Order: sequence, then structure tokens, then C-alpha cells
Amino acid sequence: MQTFIDAYSWLNLRYLLQGLWVTVEVSVISVILSFILGTILGVIRYSEIKYFSAIVGFVIDLIRNLPLLLIIFFTYFGLPNLGFKPPVIAAAIIAMTVFESMMIAEIVRSGIIAIDKGQMEGAQSNGIGYWTALRIVVLPQAMKNMVPALVSQFISLIKDTSLGTIIVLPEMMYHAQIIYGQNTNYIIPMFVALAVLYFIVCYALSLVGKYFERRLA
Amino acid sequence: MKKVGRFMGLFAALALLLVTMTACGSSKALSKQDVLKVDTNANTITWGVKADTKLFGLMNIKTSIDQGFEVDIAKALTKEILGKDGKAIFVPITSSTRVPLLRNGNIDAIIATMTITPERAKQVDFTRSYFNAGQSILVKKGSSIKSVKDLNKKGKVVIGVVGSNSVQNIGKFAPKAKLLQMSDYAQALTALKSGQGDALTTDNGILYGMSADNPGYVVVGGSFTQEPYGIAVNKGQTNFKNRINKALTAIEKDGTYNKILMKWFGNVQGFNYEEMKR
Amino acid sequence: MIHIFATEWQPLLQGFGQTLLCSIIALFFSLIIGTMFAIFEIMPNKAMRVIGNIYVEVFRNIPLLVITMFFFVVIPLYVVKISGFAAGTIGLTIYTSAFIAETVRAGIQSVDGGQMEGAQSNGLSFWQAMRHIILPQAFKIVIPPLGNQFINLVKNSSVLAFVAGFDLMYQGNMIANDTLQTMSTFFAVGILYLIITMPLSYYMRHLEKKLA
Repeated sequence: MQTFIDAYSWLNLRYLLQGLWVTVEVSVISVILSFILGTILGVIRYSEIKYFSAIVGFVIDLIRNLPLLLIIFFTYFGLPNLGFKPPVIAAAIIAMTVFESMMIAEIVRSGIIAIDKGQMEGAQSNGIGYWTALRIVVLPQAMKNMVPALVSQFISLIKDTSLGTIIVLPEMMYHAQIIYGQNTNYIIPMFVALAVLYFIVCYALSLVGKYFERRLA
Repeated sequence: MKKVGRFMGLFAALALLLVTMTACGSSKALSKQDVLKVDTNANTITWGVKADTKLFGLMNIKTSIDQGFEVDIAKALTKEILGKDGKAIFVPITSSTRVPLLRNGNIDAIIATMTITPERAKQVDFTRSYFNAGQSILVKKGSSIKSVKDLNKKGKVVIGVVGSNSVQNIGKFAPKAKLLQMSDYAQALTALKSGQGDALTTDNGILYGMSADNPGYVVVGGSFTQEPYGIAVNKGQTNFKNRINKALTAIEKDGTYNKILMKWFGNVQGFNYEEMKR
Repeated sequence: MIHIFATEWQPLLQGFGQTLLCSIIALFFSLIIGTMFAIFEIMPNKAMRVIGNIYVEVFRNIPLLVITMFFFVVIPLYVVKISGFAAGTIGLTIYTSAFIAETVRAGIQSVDGGQMEGAQSNGLSFWQAMRHIILPQAFKIVIPPLGNQFINLVKNSSVLAFVAGFDLMYQGNMIANDTLQTMSTFFAVGILYLIITMPLSYYMRHLEKKLA
């Protein structure tokens, strides 16, 4: 018990919360960027544009199937070879965005497919162009069905930021490791704190998702 | 058949990508520059240090400054090489990032509980040893295990930590035991406490620290190996390596080394200062 | 990288085997458990719905590492001694099943609600209607997101590395640490992961086309 009280000193908690702030920062930016990029890629993948869609599909499959840990690692250590040396946070955001976009592209593509084909044809026969029909008729409906899958993916994303410890991203998991480095007995209190803090953030996102699901239904 | 073709194409493209990336990685213009010259001009040396290892390199949560034996040694070496105004910058590293950071030029040297081994010396250049650690074992008080020899039985499980040399050492001294490597010291100790292993092995300085935090656990049998810690620099940086070696000799002679050793290990129970001073 | 394959093929192969084994076990059980909790979540019985909801929200929202560590360090103290491999596989199954439950639930709910009522008014029980009418349609819809989850599962099996489960990532860390050839080792590990995940994602795509 005393261990828990010592481990949760204000100093340690503050340090952990500083880590949480980086986690949230990286997550929010990556969620926004990967949602935009993922939607675009998903639409391209769906549209079957000659060659282009096939190439995009190939890239999606390749990146989606690699462990994110390695993508983060190679982003940080590979990009300098191309003449760009990103800071740790930028490298983490780039890697997360690239990877999560591919996951989201797959969700978006399947969401569009699940919408009745007749709607697209109906809209087009009413004189609306292909892209406009996609944008104002099909995508909004597809989004509704995609909400649960998207929320699951974003929850994964938030927790996956902890993989950034491999390149010493100062997020919550890394800060927890530094804290229990001071005293090995703090490890269990830190894991409990991690569970609670991640739960709060992810559950909040889950509630937002449920809200959208109801509203769009 | 078309699918198989596409699959093969995928792999070929991937392999190509990987080969180009590794090729770029190994032929760096950086490794041709003389680090000593660059650092002298900049009046700065950048060191890769541990941030999660008590006594050697540990981030102070309050000040966000790295502290420990290795940090102080690096500071002393920097002053010796660059003069009084020389600046030492510390970059926290992990066992996965240390060599890529060195290769990419983010850090000039690694001083992070790294044992000199022939296998590793193929990839980096090591200086002379700056600390002679040895591996010991930590067990629960009252355990029947009194030394590493008692672990050499079928069914015994030894817990190690990634980054220390336990694979080779246990393979040599207790080949019948099974080894589980955990990713950090706290996880290893927690695994020992929950009964996942019979003993924990790593470098003795770290074990003494654990024993101090956990009175129910003791270090037994003394150290059974030599683990000379060396400073690693990029292959071919001979000038820089020699300069560090020279600086190391200087701080050993003028007593700075012993002062730093005393500061960090003087109060560690079981640590033999007389044996380790230089 | 070829050098790493040549000299370290033994631990890499062992790691590959452990990762594959863990993935197959976890995939099988998390699909069953996940589908079960998905059905709980939409059952008419409110108590069951609450149970389903709690399971999904708790295990989906805490880190996999924490669940796995719980099985590795807490269970042996009070219940039974389990290996790192078992702890990791159980943790992975519980974690992934929560995600699968959420995916399948969304699929079931996107099947037209009238079908359940129709089937029941034709004399089928809730479970019969679920099994013969609703689930087959739901699975068809959720194959792509389910594919995402399966791929996540294979990659998340690297949690075994934290509990000495001797998987690919564990062996990769070992090799990288001994040889200091971090980049090439991780490349090799990446390719071995691709050998598992690529066919899996192609199979899911094939299944999607077949059922469409």
C-alpha cells in the first residue's frame, strides 16, 4: 500500500500527465491527418481508376501488413537518408499517419461498397457527376456505417502511440518507464495508472463514437 | 495464377526497397568526417546515455536532467577533451536505438552500460573499459540457490534483462537452465517476485540497487563474469577513440574517476569500492 | 539483411513459429468470444447487454501490455503459474475479442432490423434467427474491418516479447542486441511478419469477393 502512495506522489503523477499530453497531442494530429488521407485513399481504391487504384491498393496492403513498431523505427532512422532529419515527435506523427491512413482507407473502401450500388447509379442518372454523387450521396451514408470501425481504429491508434518508446518519444508509456526506473517497486502502481489513464481517454472517444452512431442513425 | 504473380511482384518491390534503404544506411558521408575535429570546432560532444538505469544513467523527474555515474564520467571526459568550456549534450537512448543513432550522427559516442564483446566490436569501435561490472544473481531471501552453479539444473529458470549479456553468460555457467529475457529491470524483478523464475541475473551494480529497494531479495555468490563496459564510437573514428582513451587515463590519474565512483557507488551495499577504484 | 537470415535463421525460425502459433490460437478464440459478446450486446435481455458492454469497453480501452502483464505477474502469485507465451496469448485473445465484438455488433446492427422480427414471427427462436439469418449477412459486411482486426492481432502478438514469449520480436531484440545490427535485424523481422500478414489479408479479400 505504501508503495502505491509513494508511487503516486505529485511529482510522478505530473510527469505521467506530461507524457499523457504528448500521447494526446500525437494522437489528435494523427487522427485528423489519417482520417483525411485515409478517406482520399479509400475513395481512390474504390473508384478503380486504371493503374492508379491498383498501385494505391498495393501500397495500402504493403504498409498495412507491416508492424507499426518497425514503421516508426524506419521512419525515424530511414528518413535522414533522404536528407530529412525529423524530430522524434514529427517522426512519430508521420509514421502513425501513414500507417493509420492505410487502415482507414480499407475501412472507407468497404464502407462505400456496403452502400447499395443502385444509389450511385440513381444519382448519376439524375444528372449528378460521379465524384459529386460519391461526395454528397454515397460517402455520408457510408460514414454512418463506418463509425464503429473507425472508432476502434482510433482507439488502437491512441494506444499504439506507446510504440513510440522505441524512438524515445516522451509519451505516457515512456514516462511511466522512467518513473519505475527510479524505484523498481513502482512498476505495478504505474501499470495501474496507465490502465486508468488510457481507459479514460479511449472511453471518452468511444462515447463520442456512440453519440455519432446514434445521431447519424 | 494472376494473384500469385501479383504477390511475387509485391515481394520483389519490397526487397528492392529494403536493399536500397540498407545500402544508403551503411555508406554514410558522416562516417568519413573526423568526429574529433567536428566536435572540437563546435566545442560540443553529444553522448548517448541511459535514461532508465539507476546509478548509471537515470532521468531526474523533477529537473528532466539525466544523472548517474556514466553521465558524470562523460562530463569529465568532455572537459578533458575540449577544455573547461566544453559542452556535453546528453541524448537518452534505448538498446534498439543506440547504434542507428550513432550511425546517423545524432550522437557521437555511446556510454550506456554496454559490455565490450567481439561480436559487437565488428559493428562499432570500443574504447578501453571505463567500468568493470560483473554479473551476479539476485534471489529471494532463504532461497536454496547460493550461487550460479545451483542454477545449472533442468527446470531452473533464470530471468535476464535485454541489453545485458545474460544469454552468453548463462549459456556458459548454467547451460541446463532456461533463460527468460525481460525488457527492463523493473519488469525482470516483478517477474522474479511473481515466481516466473528462480533467480535474476544482470550486472551486479544494478542488482545491489534492487536489493536496496527490496529487502526480501539478496545478491548471492559474488560475480561470476567480467563485464567490461566500453564507450562505443563509429567504426573508423580512430582519432576520436584514441582521444577518449587518453582522456580516460587522465581522469583516472587525477582522481576525478575515483571521486565520481565514490559519489555513485560509495553507499551501495555490497559494492567493493577498494576493488573498483583506479 | 541476408547475412542476418544466414547466421540467425534458427532463433528467427523459432520466433516465427511462436508468433504463428500464438496468432492462430488467439484468432480462433477471439473470433468465437468476440462473436459471443457481440450477440450479448444486442440481446433483448438487459443484463446480458450490460455484461457485453462492460466487457467490450473495459478490454478495448486499456493497453494490451497491461492485460498481458496482469496474467504474467499477478495470476502466478494467486492462481496458477503460467508461461509468458500463455500469458501473452490469453491477453491477446481477450484484447482482440473486445475489438471483434465491437466490429461484429456493428455488422449485426447494419443488417435490416425487420429481418429479425420477420424470422421470429415465422417461428424461429432468437438464436436460430441469429445463426441462420442475421450472422451470415453480418459477417459478409464486416469482413474488411475484421481483416483489419486479424492483421492487428498478428502484429499485436509482439506483446509476447515483453513477457519472454520467444516470439519474432523477442528474438529480433535478442539478435539486434548481440550483433548490434539493429536495422538489418528489424528488416528481417519485418519480412517474416509480412509472410504471415500478407496471405491473411489476401485471403480476407478473396473471401470478401466470394461472398459479395
